Amino acid sequence: MNSLWARIEPLLARVQKPARYIGCEDGAATPRHAPGKVSWLLAYPDTYEIGLPNQGLQILYEILNERDDAVAERTYAPWSDLEALMRRHDVPLFSVDTHAAGGDFDLIAFNLSAELVYTNVLNMVDLAGVPVRSAHREPHHPLVVIGGHCAFNPEPLADYVDLVVLGEGEEVIGEITEVVREWKASGRTPGSREGVLRALAQVPGVYCPGLYDVEYDGPALRAVTPRYADVPATVHKRTVADLGEWPYPKHPLAPLTEVVHDRLAVEVFRGCTRGCRFCQAGMITRPVRERPAEQVRTMIANGLRSTGQDEVSLTSLSTADYSNIGQVLQGINPLGCGSSETVSLSLPSLRVDAFTVGLAGQVSGGRRSGLTFAPEAGSWRLRQVINKLITEEDLYGAVESAYSQGWHRMKLYFLTGLPTETDLDTQGIVELARNCVQIGRRHTNRASVTVSLGGFVPKPHTPFQWFGQNSTDELRRKVQLVRDASQRAKGVNVKWHDPAATLAEGIAARGDRRIGAVMERVWRDGGVFQEWSEFFRMSRWNDAMAAEGLSIEWYVNRHRDEHEVLPWDHLSAGLHKDFLWLDWQAALAEHGLEDCRWTPCYDCGVCTGYGIEHVVASPVPPAGGSQGTGQDLARGGEVPVELLAPRRRHVEAVPVDAPVAESVSA
Amino acid sequence: MKLRIRHSKLGKVRFTSHRDSARHWERAVRKANVPLAYSAGFTPRPRMSFGLALPTGGESLAEYLDMELAPDTEPDLDELSARFSAALPVGYEVTHVVERDHGSPSLQEDVVACSWQLTLHGVSHEQAADAVAIALASPSLMVARERKGQHAVDDVRAAIEDLSLVASHDAVLDDPRPHLCAVLASTGRGLRPTELVATLFPALDPVDVTARVLRTHQWIERDGVRREILPAHPFATRTPARAGWGCA
Repeated sequence: MNSLWARIEPLLARVQKPARYIGCEDGAATPRHAPGKVSWLLAYPDTYEIGLPNQGLQILYEILNERDDAVAERTYAPWSDLEALMRRHDVPLFSVDTHAAGGDFDLIAFNLSAELVYTNVLNMVDLAGVPVRSAHREPHHPLVVIGGHCAFNPEPLADYVDLVVLGEGEEVIGEITEVVREWKASGRTPGSREGVLRALAQVPGVYCPGLYDVEYDGPALRAVTPRYADVPATVHKRTVADLGEWPYPKHPLAPLTEVVHDRLAVEVFRGCTRGCRFCQAGMITRPVRERPAEQVRTMIANGLRSTGQDEVSLTSLSTADYSNIGQVLQGINPLGCGSSETVSLSLPSLRVDAFTVGLAGQVSGGRRSGLTFAPEAGSWRLRQVINKLITEEDLYGAVESAYSQGWHRMKLYFLTGLPTETDLDTQGIVELARNCVQIGRRHTNRASVTVSLGGFVPKPHTPFQWFGQNSTDELRRKVQLVRDASQRAKGVNVKWHDPAATLAEGIAARGDRRIGAVMERVWRDGGVFQEWSEFFRMSRWNDAMAAEGLSIEWYVNRHRDEHEVLPWDHLSAGLHKDFLWLDWQAALAEHGLEDCRWTPCYDCGVCTGYGIEHVVASPVPPAGGSQGTGQDLARGGEVPVELLAPRRRHVEAVPVDAPVAESVSA
Repeated sequence: MKLRIRHSKLGKVRFTSHRDSARHWERAVRKANVPLAYSAGFTPRPRMSFGLALPTGGESLAEYLDMELAPDTEPDLDELSARFSAALPVGYEVTHVVERDHGSPSLQEDVVACSWQLTLHGVSHEQAADAVAIALASPSLMVARERKGQHAVDDVRAAIEDLSLVASHDAVLDDPRPHLCAVLASTGRGLRPTELVATLFPALDPVDVTARVLRTHQWIERDGVRREILPAHPFATRTPARAGWGCA
């Protein structure tokens, strides 16, 4: 592959932050292309600053580059200034590693962690000189792949991508590589594209949307069915049974310029069984698989040595839930690289309770920048509906603990537009925040609380997938309710997410194949970087929906009934649809569910269907953190379902037609 | 022990900013396992201070920084430069690590001028020679600048201490394009390399014209005599190929 560097270099003198396009990071691979190797361009459809820290991409990059038959490079969405120059000077999308042209790769694989990046996917495919619609691609064009959380409803991009990977990617990328290697060896003859897709469709976890027919009944979807007998009617996600077998990234990327999470990230577990009903990540990444504590410590020590970072973030969906977290943390400080400096630790996704704040205080060294909690709803009633079982006592205990340990800025995340939400629930947000400020004022006059308010978008594969999203007007009204109430609450600041962007996200999140043409119109109209407010214009989306004759109300605001065929019904995260429906009914009955790690199974379908189980690193549940479940975890609670899994012991148990594992973790 | 360090910054890494460079150094020190002294206070910072900022996109043969080691650290300085080079991003080469005199002024205060080698694109040798002659003959050269949101015009003629065109037979490597050598004052308002190009070729876009910016020297004055902060070794073997020929 030829390097485009000589043509890119003069453009970089004219753009903001040119360091985003040079590669050269610590941990970057030295890709060596060869005719017998399958070349992957791993693409993040947002800026380098946001994409570089992405763990899923880093993991797959390393696993692929360790293979003899594959080579992987990375690319990120060029900012608008560089894109304009690239188009003017005919420079295609390029990799940051060897500055090779995107169109020269065998596969371009996008990691999708948010819906509003879909138009960037189209834009990057186009910039690579590849036809945006998969039907127009020739055998010499790369295969366009998507994975990541949004791939669980890929239908809006179905006409634009060649394959979709469901779940975790560690194992499946190797299997895809082998199929593509054969195809390359056969010369990629005319007409062979459909053949390779059919072969890929045999790989568990791989969905090739072009091999399926979609039938509609008026606006309603009737069925999505495979066109060939050998193509699976339902595609199941891949899941790595034991995270301990995948200690990646072994060589984390340390960027040469500032990025959003500029610290060493070590993933301590995958999955979450808190069962928050609005949370797609928690539903589609089940079961819980903890990394062995010793491996966590080794990855931290190696990562610090190889990157020179001085801050470590222990990542997961709820890090304080890692069993025996306290002991793991004790083993870490001071593991620094020998200097007199100590390493600081951060724990994102903090649970809301005093115990967790104690942990945060223990690890953050002297730094007290700010703490963030996510109660998500303003009343206990509504928190039972969404199954975020935090009592007011939990929250106030956490806040008291934080202020008494020197924090004076607190951020509280809330959703509005949740099922059954009344104005009392909405106004309860300010009440909670005001009480938190009052607790803080006992410790410091500077105490302040920022309420961050997001409009709720129902997501596929969650119990709320049937719920009609609040209209933009209704969300605006609720935001205004909170703002008005906060006027009278000293020390409470309110920030909110643009309800129009929430609507656009809603169109993409539960869209079907017909929404693809809407995406394409928004993109052609210049709508890239839609999650950046300076680029977002709702009129583009309204116009595109109207031009396609599609109703926003029908796609976004309408409640679905139990028997409606949903656009993602042929794709499975392992959750039984009737489990989700019963959980939806339980939500409406304001009935919460305990964390199934420490209680009997609710038979959501994932563990039993895939022959995998929760894997925890310690028999001791985390202290504290009842989150109102009534479970007394401090005492030792229930015996966990399964201690660290013996290597691969569950793999044999998997039925032939069910997949074993795969993902692009967020 | 206080150290003064000289290094180069060449190639793709030139697109990182001065701020980025500081972070490269902080990480390299930790990777190389060199214990630094820390500032006192609630959030201790490693004692490191950097010289004059290199513009983003500019390369250099003469970047400087100072650092202070933790008490009772007595490292082998030659070995240290190799360790730093290995720990820094590709494109950095540490050429000097020396003990810094107690009480010497900081780099920011001390440097009076820098030498630059500028590769010009899209102008002929004749055009470049004419522009240099006109500039040197002018009693004043005005540059328009933004200062705190205000429009300002400065006379920068005095900041051009020396300016010459490399003779065309003295071509640098294989690059046939014209090359300027400029010594620009860094005290007072100073003059940036791209501003110099803008004044030389007012009708052209300075970003197009300035194909490459290379800092070759940073100058200090002692007893009225000007010298490089840490002079390049006369027989340095690791000096990058595109050394500072012609420019002094």
